[in-house]
Amino acid sequence: MRVLIGLEVHVQLNKLKTKMFCGTPTSYQHAPPNTHVCPVCLGLPGAMPTINMKAVEAAVKVALALNAKVQENTMFYRKNYFYPDLPRGFQISQYDFPIGKDGYVIIDGDEGEKKVRIKRVHMEEDPGRLVHVGRIDKAKYTLIDYNRSGMPLLEIVTEPDMNSPKEARAFVSKLRTILEYLDVFDGSLEGAMRVDANVSIEGGSRVEIKNISSFRGVEKALAFEITRQKNLLRRGQQAKMETRHFDESQEITVSLRVKEEESDYRYFPEPDLPPMNLKGWTERIKAELPELPDARRERLIAQYGISVEHAKVLTGERVLADYFEKVASKTSPKLAATWIADVLKGELNYRDMRIEGCFSPENMVELLELLEKDLISDKAAVMIIRRMLDEGGRPKEIMEKEGLQKIKEDILPGVVESVIEENEKAVRDYLSGKREAINYLVGQVMKKVRGRADASKVYNLLERRLNEIDNN
Amino acid sequence: MIDENVVRHVAWLARIQLEEDELKKFIPQFTKILEYFSILDEVQEDVEPLYHVNELKNVFRDDEPEDPLPRDEILRNAPKKENGYFRGPRIV
Repeated sequence: MRVLIGLEVHVQLNKLKTKMFCGTPTSYQHAPPNTHVCPVCLGLPGAMPTINMKAVEAAVKVALALNAKVQENTMFYRKNYFYPDLPRGFQISQYDFPIGKDGYVIIDGDEGEKKVRIKRVHMEEDPGRLVHVGRIDKAKYTLIDYNRSGMPLLEIVTEPDMNSPKEARAFVSKLRTILEYLDVFDGSLEGAMRVDANVSIEGGSRVEIKNISSFRGVEKALAFEITRQKNLLRRGQQAKMETRHFDESQEITVSLRVKEEESDYRYFPEPDLPPMNLKGWTERIKAELPELPDARRERLIAQYGISVEHAKVLTGERVLADYFEKVASKTSPKLAATWIADVLKGELNYRDMRIEGCFSPENMVELLELLEKDLISDKAAVMIIRRMLDEGGRPKEIMEKEGLQKIKEDILPGVVESVIEENEKAVRDYLSGKREAINYLVGQVMKKVRGRADASKVYNLLERRLNEIDNN
Repeated sequence: MIDENVVRHVAWLARIQLEEDELKKFIPQFTKILEYFSILDEVQEDVEPLYHVNELKNVFRDDEPEDPLPRDEILRNAPKKENGYFRGPRIV
């Protein structure tokens, strides 16, 4: 059964200083409720909105980066509905003439690279935030915080081109990467990106899931919903067309009230906001666009000779790619790629840290130099990375303080000898044909030298010595 | 065609609850309003739609912060509030 998924992704242009239609600061994160609100955010009678020009420029940037056509003539509309997060009784949004149309994004799909078509990109204002006391369908009343009201928002609508929850997640994370490269978006802020997903099993009706607010959530919500629809089919029933709410804490979707249909919104041109003519904007902004993730990936491969896989990981975050290039300019790029993409990234993920909070590229260069000079083993290098992330300090300093320098190679044969003497059983096992017993002996040697030797060298030494014993 | 169902639907969009006799009362009134719009049928089809009545274009503002209103002012007209929030009815 083929699954069709289309997404509507809402992203806040949260790098802007002020809201979409008023000068109220966007810095409401962690602020007490209703402290970032003005008469425009609150829709008080007579309050007049004015368009934030930087927000329109950011929207053009995004449209271009998503390979969409920028509409030279664009304007705002009123979308009318009553909901407590919307103090005016309408949301200022776009309808006909959205800022961008017909784009695409390339993602890593289930069967290789895949093009996800973008139907439209439009500007709008964020509504306020509702706080439900208890579960959404059981709450007694609602608390409303208008700090978010009027935040500059883009809605990015895809065609139903994704066929699995994993592909939907890949799209969302690719989109986040592109937006961060454009420097219009900080995805680490709460509520910065919210996703509504339309999902249907081919031939069935379309179900909309609202309120998905994390990357992991996209995959979870869709997986739950697809299983629910498949179970209905198995019992000979059809999923009905409806809107469902994703409950992040319980990882389920629940049915919501009947929703308005498009004609119920009575869209009409916003009379308080004159239309826009963006003649010349596309050319001007295109010239200022930064290098985007796909282009940067290709350049890293060509310029530094690193692998496709490493380049993908490194360009997945702009700041990570910047970090890599700083390190690669001062040491071996291939070594840098391995240690940053494979080791450092893993250690950061494990600690739920982002590259922004990591030690400096200079420290990474220093560490890689210790490796290149063969002063420390790989194992010791990992230990130093962990120590720097957890407690700070510089590589050389940690190496000396912890005595992590590689031991002199002429000590190794002696250590091998004593391990052979102390582990008669393992030696006997090896000699009687259980060749894997050698791994235990390697482990014993590494333990004695506290990881300060190359395991492969130890292996070779042991193997040679054991074979000598065998021949005698 | 305006009938009871249409009136009921419009009332729901406006989140207004109407009694049975009110539903009936509004049918002729809605019909009259709609009839008025039939004046637009006289417009010839090849006329460009007019989206805005004045000629203004590209009225923008710089991204410069201004002070928000104090919270006491923001909440002053709210009939119900709680811990700095507006308090409203359950919405589902």
